[in-house]
Amino acid sequence: MQASVEWSEQVHRVLRAQQVRQIGYVPDSGLKRLIELARADKQIKAVPLTTEEEGVALATGAWLGGEKCALLMQSSGVGNCINMLGMAIECRIPLLMIVTMRGQWGEFNPWQLPMAQAVDTVLAAVGVIVQKVDAADDIAETVAAAGKLAFNTNRVVAVTIAQRAIGTKAFK
Amino acid sequence: MSARKKASLLDRRKVVAQILASRGDALVVTGLGAPTWDAAAAGDCALNFYTWGGMGCAAMVGLGLALAQPKRRVIVITGDGEMLMALGALATIAAQQPRNLSIVVMDNEHYGETGMQVTHTGLGTGIAGMAKAAGFRATQTVYTMAELKTWIPKIYGAGPVFVDAKVTTERAALVLPARDGTVLKLRFREALLGKNA
Repeated sequence: MQASVEWSEQVHRVLRAQQVRQIGYVPDSGLKRLIELARADKQIKAVPLTTEEEGVALATGAWLGGEKCALLMQSSGVGNCINMLGMAIECRIPLLMIVTMRGQWGEFNPWQLPMAQAVDTVLAAVGVIVQKVDAADDIAETVAAAGKLAFNTNRVVAVTIAQRAIGTKAFK
Repeated sequence: MSARKKASLLDRRKVVAQILASRGDALVVTGLGAPTWDAAAAGDCALNFYTWGGMGCAAMVGLGLALAQPKRRVIVITGDGEMLMALGALATIAAQQPRNLSIVVMDNEHYGETGMQVTHTGLGTGIAGMAKAAGFRATQTVYTMAELKTWIPKIYGAGPVFVDAKVTTERAALVLPARDGTVLKLRFREALLGKNA
């Protein structure tokens, strides 16, 4: 089994176990399998977004209505979320963000670097708790811990999954 | 082609009051600025979630709420500037086809909180047409109270619904609701979900 398939299935089980009912996403190749699992799951409303900040507002509405929401996005999408995250933080909305990183380990595309290298700093600056994971074997456990933190303490928590753990995109 | 075709323009406070008069147990999300004051002026309610920031959030907050509470009507009342900042959300909402979600835009064709600069709806963009093209079930631009009254049953009917209400630029008295985000969230959740929410 491919590593990405394995951790994706583990993370899907974690999200189900924590009763996440809405998942907003903008695709990334590293999230391909997890998005398929979310879309196939009848307990989960999978919401494709046109831009990532929509997902922060989605999560706010979901929580107002009594449902937990997680967001899936690539590192480049983090920058799109910042002002909207201000609302989630002001309102103490619990939100689990799963961010697959580009612009790191062996990156080929230089346009990915500025945002990717700023992810931790900008998330921390607006008040998001960041939990970094570097190895595929640690992803599910980290998502589980981040989900508990987010949903038990009404915080926004982002798990950033290193490009090294996902595999660097091949341009060929 | 401009969506502004008629001289007769609506009073925003009357529009919001008229729509909310038949709200029953509907859940209401308001866009920052004047739509928040309009809803507060129509009567404060714990089932109003007033936004004071996060410009562009209102429609998507409405979607998350509508998906979580499919048996309750969710009405988003926002402004043209706020809606213009989230045009992609029209596609995101249409893709979900929430039967219980309605968006009503108080469209004065200006950014009222920042000095009355013209918005794109005053420069030729018809946002009801954009909602229709995105895939909303029912869409309309309304110019008169008579037109609005014929649309009120549809605002409480099968969604997603999008109504662009052309209102005057006249400023109404400031009616400011609570503004602490955590307070607004907690009172909304308690009213909807109970004490243990």
